[in-house]
Amino acid sequence: MSEPPFDDLYRELILDHYRRPRNHGPLAAPTVQAEGVNPVCGDEIHLDLAIDNGVIADLGFWGQGCSISQSSASMLTERLKGRPLAEAEEVAGKVRSMLVEGASPDPSLGDLEALEGVAKLPVRVKCALLAWNVLLEALRQAKAAAQEEHHG
Amino acid sequence: MLDVRRIRQDFPILRQQVNGRPLVYLDNAATTQKPRQVIEALVRYYETSNANIHRGIHTLATRATEQYEDARRKVARFIGARGPEEVVFTRNATEAINLVARAWGDEHIGEGDEIVLTLMEHHSNIVPWQLLARRKGATLRYAGITDDGKLDLDELRRLIGPQTKLVAVTHMSNVLGTINPVADIAEMAHRAGALLLVDGAQSVPHLPVDVQALGADFLAFSAHKMLGPTGVGVLWARAELLEAMPPFLGGGDMIAVVRPESSTWAELPHKFEAGTPNIADVIAFGAAVDYLEGIGMSNVRRHEEELTELALERLRRVAGVRIFGPSSASERGGVVSFAMEAAHPHDVATIADGHGVAIRAGHHCAQLLMRALGVPATSRASFSIYNDVDDIEALVEALEGVNRVFGEGRERTAVR
Ligand SMILES: Cc1ncc(COP(=O)(O)O)c(C=O)c1O
Repeated sequence: MSEPPFDDLYRELILDHYRRPRNHGPLAAPTVQAEGVNPVCGDEIHLDLAIDNGVIADLGFWGQGCSISQSSASMLTERLKGRPLAEAEEVAGKVRSMLVEGASPDPSLGDLEALEGVAKLPVRVKCALLAWNVLLEALRQAKAAAQEEHHG
Repeated sequence: MLDVRRIRQDFPILRQQVNGRPLVYLDNAATTQKPRQVIEALVRYYETSNANIHRGIHTLATRATEQYEDARRKVARFIGARGPEEVVFTRNATEAINLVARAWGDEHIGEGDEIVLTLMEHHSNIVPWQLLARRKGATLRYAGITDDGKLDLDELRRLIGPQTKLVAVTHMSNVLGTINPVADIAEMAHRAGALLLVDGAQSVPHLPVDVQALGADFLAFSAHKMLGPTGVGVLWARAELLEAMPPFLGGGDMIAVVRPESSTWAELPHKFEAGTPNIADVIAFGAAVDYLEGIGMSNVRRHEEELTELALERLRRVAGVRIFGPSSASERGGVVSFAMEAAHPHDVATIADGHGVAIRAGHHCAQLLMRALGVPATSRASFSIYNDVDDIEALVEALEGVNRVFGEGRERTAVR
């Protein structure tokens, strides 16, 4: 059900991911872990990745916060499960352009397109971005670890 | 009952639409709106009297000084101070508390001393004491809250002991609305030989407050939460205490004689007002005090208590709403914090905003209290003299909108 004037914000897909978060909970054997807190509102996202051969074989998230931060994280996990690291970085960049620059959503974003309405509410953009910032931190760690292995 | 229709006409900002609906402003605990009389005082000062004060002979300087000191006299009378010299203007309540922590605290707090606070304090009545405790090797103790959101007075009594040098409590919680029995707490503190600082940021704007009856040693509050402009706060303390305290900031206006190595201090309250103060806003603050006195603080309190009672009753009937704090309006000010089962406070505030209803969501600068309540954040509606029954109905309608969007009471289930 929509509630004007925010039917554009609270799309059914967002509410669905909020109520039934996908890939929820820590992994048994993560290779990378990252977390982030939004100090202004206290929203919190933890992200586990199991990376195998440059591919995100599995991932899990948990945390607390509003529907936007939690559904964004849930959609992130669904979109990136089984995808190569390079693609994860690319998707994160496209989500950021959509949310921060108001770019129209790239077709490759899939369900994540539902977050488009958030761009119109500057105070809520940081909610949607939280999971993606945590992902970038996880990817940085993964890269550093890979490099160490390479040199070590 | 207040004539809210007439009062509303004094507040130009309320005459607007937000997201296509009439603005319903229910974030008064954060800051109140300003009546025309205050805005005009500000403009009038700049158009007719602007000059620097306390240091001019010319007509404008004299006029500005008179108006500034007149505002001080109004504030002193408003809170029942013995004289205007007991009223120090600061930037806000936060700065007033920091002034005490520095000027009084640095002299009187030492290693092993204890400062007793409560878990319902605003960060501005916590962090200055943490900084002081760290400088001096002192210890902070916190009294908790009861299940119905009142201060745990038994615990407070137990915590106050021979090591206690200062007790610092809020008169009224900005989250729970709880009104604390300050006079009783003053007795506890004084019996132990400690002083009492009262954070009046929420009480002075909404309750009749008389510093003689309060029994406190320090009282801090902010003009912007009581219809006045931003940028002005007040520290009240008994003159003897202020006399004995060293200055807070050094500079112009706060000195008597300056010699190369040292100086002597100006008389009270100027010793604590270094540099050019916020002259225009202090004068406009005087107009806000006039406005509140015109209505009468007991009328303000009665009106807000009635609204709070109605709000508690109406919100209790909205599905999935859980209200924090005392159940009776007589024990709380016009602040109602709540959680909704279906939606996070930020989503509640966004949807309310879609209805034109301004409420606050978050930790309200009270993270210790959020932890004690076991929630990351709450939604909060807070009232002022220009709010009425219709505003509460608009809030209820907005919260029903939240339930429509999120589906009332729907469980969240994780999918792995
Ligand atoms: C109880 C309480 N104390 C202190 C403050 C701090 O007021 P200010 O930010 O004006 O210094 C506030 C307001 O936010 C408050 O509600």
